[in-house]
Amino acid sequence: MTNLLEVRGATKRFGSLVAVRDVSLAVQPGELRAIIGPNGAGKTTFFNMISGFFRPTSGSIVFDGRDITSTPAYQRVVLGMGRTFQITEIFPELTVFENVRISTEVADGYRLRPWIGRAAKDHVRRQVEETLTLTGLQAKAQRLVGELSHGDQRAAEIAMALALRPRLLLLDEPTAGMGEQETYEITQLVRRLHKDSKLTILLIEHDMRVIFHLADRITVLDQGNLLAEGTPQEIAINEAVQSAYLGKAA
Amino acid sequence: MIVSADNRKLAGLATIWIVLALAPYWMAPLGGYTALGTRILVLGLAAMSVNFLLGFTGVLSFGHAAYFGLGAYGAGFALKFLAPSTPLALVCGMLLGGIAGAALGALIARRRGVYFAMVTIAFGQVFYYIAFQWSSVTGGDDGLRNFSRQPLHFGSATIDILGNANAFYYFVLVCVALAVGVMGFILRSPFGRTMIAIRENERRARFLGIPVDRHIWLAFTLSCFFMAFAGALYALVNNFADPRGLHYSQSGDFVMMAVMGGMRRFWGPLLGAAIFVVLQDYLSSVTVNWMSFVGVIFIAIVLFFPRGLLGVLQRRSEA
Repeated sequence: MTNLLEVRGATKRFGSLVAVRDVSLAVQPGELRAIIGPNGAGKTTFFNMISGFFRPTSGSIVFDGRDITSTPAYQRVVLGMGRTFQITEIFPELTVFENVRISTEVADGYRLRPWIGRAAKDHVRRQVEETLTLTGLQAKAQRLVGELSHGDQRAAEIAMALALRPRLLLLDEPTAGMGEQETYEITQLVRRLHKDSKLTILLIEHDMRVIFHLADRITVLDQGNLLAEGTPQEIAINEAVQSAYLGKAA
Repeated sequence: MIVSADNRKLAGLATIWIVLALAPYWMAPLGGYTALGTRILVLGLAAMSVNFLLGFTGVLSFGHAAYFGLGAYGAGFALKFLAPSTPLALVCGMLLGGIAGAALGALIARRRGVYFAMVTIAFGQVFYYIAFQWSSVTGGDDGLRNFSRQPLHFGSATIDILGNANAFYYFVLVCVALAVGVMGFILRSPFGRTMIAIRENERRARFLGIPVDRHIWLAFTLSCFFMAFAGALYALVNNFADPRGLHYSQSGDFVMMAVMGGMRRFWGPLLGAAIFVVLQDYLSSVTVNWMSFVGVIFIAIVLFFPRGLLGVLQRRSEA
C-alpha cells in the first residue's frame, strides 16, 4: 500500500538550535500514528513542518505521492490535511454552528462566493449538523465557542478540522489540560474517527494510556532525533525509550 | 427565541430606514437642515466602508481617506472634462478610487497590525501630496472647482438634484442604500464569513484552507470601492473636491466615527458619523476649537463604552 504521508529526513533549525534532526516517517492510509516524546523533543515542530506552518530547513514532505515541501499551509488543507493546535485555535466570538459552517463552506469550495443559494445553504447546514452530531456538540450548536468548557472547545476545534473532510487529521495533544471524563470522551471520539470513519490520524499525545489505547504505531522523538518506531507493544519494551523517559542514568 | 431575535432585527432595520426616509421632515423642526442629513449619509457610508475592513476583517487602514478623495476627484474630473452626467461621475469616481485601492492593496495586504496601518498612511499621503502639488490638473490647495452635479434624466422626466435639497437627499439615500445593501449582502455570504474568520483568528483561518493575504486584499479592494463611491457622492454634495479629503487626518475622522458608533455593529459607523457631523456643525459655530471637544467626547466613549454607542444600545435592548 502506498503511504499517505511521507516525511524524508526533515530537519528544522532555529538559529543554532536544531529542533528536529533528520527525522523520517511514513504513515499508511487508515493508520493511527502517535508521536510521543519528552518535553522539547521537537514533536510540535515536526507537526508544524507537516502542516506547513513553516518549511523544513532540509528534507522533504510528500503527501499522497506529491511533494508538498514548499506548498503553503492553506493549500495543504485543500489537498486534504486538517489540523488542530496544542493551544486551541477557534473563533471564540462565533457560535459552534458558525465555527463549523466556515470550515464546511471552505471545504465545499464556496470561500470566494459573495452569495449562496438556498440549496447550497441547506446542504451546508446538513453537513454542519452531521459534523456536530459526530463530535457530540449538536446540543451546543448555538452556544458561543468562547463560552464552552475547555473539553468542548477542543471538540469544537476537532469538529472544524473534520468539516474540512481531511484525508489526514493532525491532532496536537487533543487531551492536553483535560480532566478524566473529558479525556475519555475525546479518546472515544478519536477512536470512532479511526475505526468507523477510517480516517488516517497523526497525533501528538502526552497521556500514555490514551496512546497505548489508540495507536496502531508509535513514533518516539527525543531531543529532535528519531528514537524509535514500532507498535505499542514494541515501544513499551524498548530500552532506548525507557531510558529517555526515565532519565539517561536508568 | 430565534424567531424573536429575527423579528427584533427586522424591526431595527425598519426603524433605521423609516428614520432615514423621513429625515428631511423631522430634521428641520429639531434645528437641522436637509443638507446636514445628506452629509451624514455620505460620511456614514465612508465610515461604514472603513469598518467593512476594520470591524469585519479586523484590519485597520489609516489611509482610507485617499480612496475617498480619489473618488471625489474622479467624479469632479468626469463632470468637468468628460460629460455633464451625474451617474457617469459616480461611476468614474468609484473606478478611480477602487482601482487605486486594488493596486495598492496588493502591496499592503501582506502587512499586519501597525505595519499595515503605517503603510496605508504612507500611500494615502502620496495621493494627498499629488492632489496638493499638481495644481494644473487638481487645482492644488484650492481644490477642484467649477463643476456641479447635474439633473437626472429618466426619459422625459427630469429630477432637479442641483437646486432641490430634498430631491438630492433622496438621490443620495438611494445611492447609499444600494451600497449598504451590497455591503450587507457580502457580509452574510461565505466570502463575508471568511473575513470574519480572519478577524477572529487568522491562524485558524489559514489552517482551514483560507489564503488569508488574498482575502484581506479582496476585502481591502471592496472597501476601497465603497469608499470611492462615498467620495464621489461627497464631490456631488459640495460641487467641489478638496485635497484635505485625502489627508490622513480625514482617515482618522472616519476611524473615529466607526469606533464611536461601534465597530462590531454593521450600522454603528453611521451613528458615529451622525454624531460627528452634528457635533462638528454645532460646535464649529460656537468655537474654532471644536475638534478638541469632539476629541473629549471620543475619549469618553472609548473609555466608558468600548463597544461603541450602538453596541451599548443593542446590549441594553437585549438584556
